[in-house]
Amino acid sequence: MTHPTTHSPSLWQRHQIFEKNSIILVIGILIAISIGGLVEVLPLFYLKSTIEQVDGIRPLTPLELTGRDIYVREGCYNCHSQMIRPLRDEVERYGHYSLAAESMYDHPFQWGSKRTGPDLARVGGKYSDDWHRDHLRNPRSVVPASIMPAYPWLEQNLVDISHVGDNMAVLAVEGVPYTQEMIQSAMSDAKTQGSADDASTPAFTKRYPKAISRDLGGNVGRLTEADALISYLQLLGTQVDFKLYDDKANIR
Amino acid sequence: MQDNPAKKADEKSRYGTTGHEWDGIQELNTPLPRWWLWTWYACILWAFGYWIAYPAIPLVSSFTKGALGWSSREAVVADIAGLQTLRGPMTAKIEAASLTDIENTPELLSFARAQGSAAFAVNCSPCHGAGAQGAKGYPNLNDDDWLWGGSLDAIHTTLQHGIRWDADKDTRSSMMPAFGKDGTLKPNEISATADYVRSLSGLSTEKGADLALGQSVFAANCAACHGDNGEGNQDVGAPKLNDKVWLYGPDKALIMERITVGGGGVMPAWSARLDVPTIKSLAVYVHTLGGGQ
Repeated sequence: MTHPTTHSPSLWQRHQIFEKNSIILVIGILIAISIGGLVEVLPLFYLKSTIEQVDGIRPLTPLELTGRDIYVREGCYNCHSQMIRPLRDEVERYGHYSLAAESMYDHPFQWGSKRTGPDLARVGGKYSDDWHRDHLRNPRSVVPASIMPAYPWLEQNLVDISHVGDNMAVLAVEGVPYTQEMIQSAMSDAKTQGSADDASTPAFTKRYPKAISRDLGGNVGRLTEADALISYLQLLGTQVDFKLYDDKANIR
Repeated sequence: MQDNPAKKADEKSRYGTTGHEWDGIQELNTPLPRWWLWTWYACILWAFGYWIAYPAIPLVSSFTKGALGWSSREAVVADIAGLQTLRGPMTAKIEAASLTDIENTPELLSFARAQGSAAFAVNCSPCHGAGAQGAKGYPNLNDDDWLWGGSLDAIHTTLQHGIRWDADKDTRSSMMPAFGKDGTLKPNEISATADYVRSLSGLSTEKGADLALGQSVFAANCAACHGDNGEGNQDVGAPKLNDKVWLYGPDKALIMERITVGGGGVMPAWSARLDVPTIKSLAVYVHTLGGGQ
């Protein structure tokens, strides 16, 4: 440490160039932050161990993708995380900790950082479609102590699937393996998934293995925003079969 | 601002100035407090130690694993194994014992109720309520009115395979027809039937209600599952209609809605999500809430 009354060493004097010139200071800050970013973020893109090798992860169907957009639009991520951390109590409550592979097709990911409500990474299959519908309409009707806002418009608004093909095309550029066929049949696939078995179901299921097409709302021919969101929620965390997943191979 | 500061010590603070001056206002160059500075140096040292001890530095095809060899994914497996050594002896007993034996052995019963209550809070309470009191469309589990049976085995089966849960091939299933939506019954028949259903449990009926019509519609369409006198049928999950316990509510409008849309509640199959002892504990917990048969 330098006492100011003694003669300053040259290092401190050289540092004055940053203190006296705001542009140089800004450039200096940018360089310092970039180093941090490059060291912390960049390796995750080239290290092969970042994303686990697992079976079963497929891109979201057009209806699920639309539901995901509604999830983002309504700001669900502000209160719900989708990230079960490798901690005992979280695994006890929510199930197997989240894998990087499970969100590899998410742009942007919905890990979140705040849990006013519970984590949703494995909410798929935990409750019935009807429960989700009741709960979105008015959370207090099923969970009296809930402080979640009500989203009654979701089951009133017909879902807008006119852009879903375009969205998929953009995601394909970002590396999500949507084929041309998937993009072209996006709108009809969304309708197929929202209705109980119709003739186009086999082709749809071939494109999206294990995707379940069912009448989500109980109102045939009326595909609402709630239907899309519920199809997305019911998929969350269900794609990897943890009975087959090799934990030891993916210890990092 | 002066380039070559006149670093005079200030009379009162004894510190020099930075040499900066704005309209006669000068800036003292007060040094940082020692305790702060040393804490800061210690943090930098700590960071170096951390880099060595824990996984930290990215390399070409891997990263430094750290001297301690710590991995969050190994740590959580060890933590859960620790839980297993704590609980293992009891959960093994729960797994081996029959449901009846669990209820008859105080030691097993208290463990099963504790484990069941924790699992209920996480998995069941969103539908059935924190106190298992139920909600509209989701049955109360404290009473002795059971849709699919209130014996230990029946509750256990329901928990394992769910209700109308398509992903489980052994799921309990039945489907009330949508008498109104598919046009089987006319509006006046639905209204009369709803009045008749209310009369089965002694509730008031609307003035001018055609109970005779209601009775004949009931006999032709409803009695097969709900029983001739609305006594219900647990084999097909058909609720009792001649008691004061209602799944959706006793209002005539609600009864008419059920007749119109039909269907039935859905419960997930928990064997895909929870392990064997947890499901057995849950069955015992629900059975001992008060209404077990």
